[in-house]
Amino acid sequence: MSILVIAEHDNSSLKQATLNVVAAAKAIGGDIDVLVAGESCGAVAEAAAKAEGVNKVLVADNAAYGHFLGENLGELVAEVGKGYSHILAAASTTGKDFMPRVAALLDVAQVSDIMRVESDDTFVRPIYAGNAIATVKSSDSIKVITVRPTAFDPVAAEGGSATVEQLDVVKDAGLSTFVSEELAKSDRPDLGSAGIVVSGGRGMQNGDNFKMLEQVADLMGAAVGASRAAVDAGFVPNDMQVGQTGKIVAPQLYIAVGISGAIQHLAGMSDSKVIVAINKDEEAPIFQVADYGLVADLFEAVPQLEEELKKVL
Amino acid sequence: MKVLVAVKRVIDYNVKVRVKPDNTGVDLANVKMAMNPFCEIAVEEAVRLKEKGVASEIVVVSIGPKASQEQIRTALALGADRGIHVETDEEVQSLEAAKLLKAVVEKEEPKLVILGKQSIDSDNNQTGQMLAALSGMAQGTFASEVVVEGDKVNVTREVDGGLMTVSLTLPAVVTTDLRLNEPRYASLPNIMKAKKKPLDNMSPADLGVDIAPRLSTLKVEAPASRQAGVKVADVAELVDKLKNEAKVI
Repeated sequence: MSILVIAEHDNSSLKQATLNVVAAAKAIGGDIDVLVAGESCGAVAEAAAKAEGVNKVLVADNAAYGHFLGENLGELVAEVGKGYSHILAAASTTGKDFMPRVAALLDVAQVSDIMRVESDDTFVRPIYAGNAIATVKSSDSIKVITVRPTAFDPVAAEGGSATVEQLDVVKDAGLSTFVSEELAKSDRPDLGSAGIVVSGGRGMQNGDNFKMLEQVADLMGAAVGASRAAVDAGFVPNDMQVGQTGKIVAPQLYIAVGISGAIQHLAGMSDSKVIVAINKDEEAPIFQVADYGLVADLFEAVPQLEEELKKVL
Repeated sequence: MKVLVAVKRVIDYNVKVRVKPDNTGVDLANVKMAMNPFCEIAVEEAVRLKEKGVASEIVVVSIGPKASQEQIRTALALGADRGIHVETDEEVQSLEAAKLLKAVVEKEEPKLVILGKQSIDSDNNQTGQMLAALSGMAQGTFASEVVVEGDKVNVTREVDGGLMTVSLTLPAVVTTDLRLNEPRYASLPNIMKAKKKPLDNMSPADLGVDIAPRLSTLKVEAPASRQAGVKVADVAELVDKLKNEAKVI
């Protein structure tokens, strides 16, 4: 068996999710190659070559891949991937965008968002917002799979010594062009891989009040997230949403502040190791999954939390 | 221009999902069903394009059992002009749904196809992208804004890092994210009018598509449930427990 992992990156650095996906590939077993498709992405290829367990790094460096457009990546990955038994990518917004195109071009099904590998053709994945867990078996000759990064412990970033090979395959479908992007700039850790996440919900009342959470997060080196309600209300941008259709997180510690705990939100965070809920409504469903619940007005509790943390950290 | 919208009948998003005791699937007997929420957003976007004079006709298509006609009628009541029901009682997976939709696209030749980004039952997030690839169309996935300009559509996408805008050559596929719009409710007169709008019925065989599934579900289980923990009296106790009991800070 041979597995092709599509690297997750931003043209300058390799994202940790790639190491989680390589871990999923190791669980399947076989030679693991990594494809780095981007523009001026040499540093990413070098980083991928050092990852544990990688056999070979293939680099497709061309302007056509610079913005990870699904039409172009789909054609490239279908072409490069047709000699492999498995093609894996992170279930990120990039992976979710181009991987179904790869599957369709190869005329195979895709298995989305796997959280466990049972064998080389059988995988475990959540359905119904994680309220049911399905074990599915693929009968296709090439398995196209997106991987939930938080469900696999990453392989080591250092220690490998894969060969790096340049590809000259240029696939420009000519269907779409990049116009612009507004990316959130933050010095905090990435929400998807942070060890601690502090999230706010509708109870925060407005965007300014999220500053309270940011101060607490910065004390602990945490990322800041939000519930759908807080994003829909315009308190914070969409990239902070945790839930069924937002980001899936599984940190060591998740602190939910003013979040009631709709099933769609729980789907995005219930694999966290320790969950803390702060909510003034004693009946809020979030308390049914919380390891530590504090029934309190968040506008009193969060400043107190900041003071208490300063004492112990 | 003509807009095609695909809608799916799924379990209502407010219903608590229960896994069957024999682990063969989720219990859907006597459960409230509804239009997938992302598909409602797709219908709404098409209706708004028509209200702006951009869309001239909205065709709504659904694949599924006879009862899927309810969701097509809902879309007609919201403002779609006519319906196509691809009727089957078999399980239709994403790749096969995309092939059926491709066949419909070839018949109808829409300039824009709008779908929900995922259905809340299988949570696959595949069909729109597969349709686009099979039909050789561009795609704007996870859309939060759609602006049609001449023979192009600009789509702002919700991506992990924030927002990204792409320009797509028409015909194109758009899949909707949560914040594209807020769907309206159908009025009673429109629900009555929808009953008279045309609805074509066809089978997968009529469209020449083999819908045999590629993935088999071996079992479906309830997730490991978390136990509710303890309530703490105050913030000091919380921090003490996190530091000395859970040891996570």
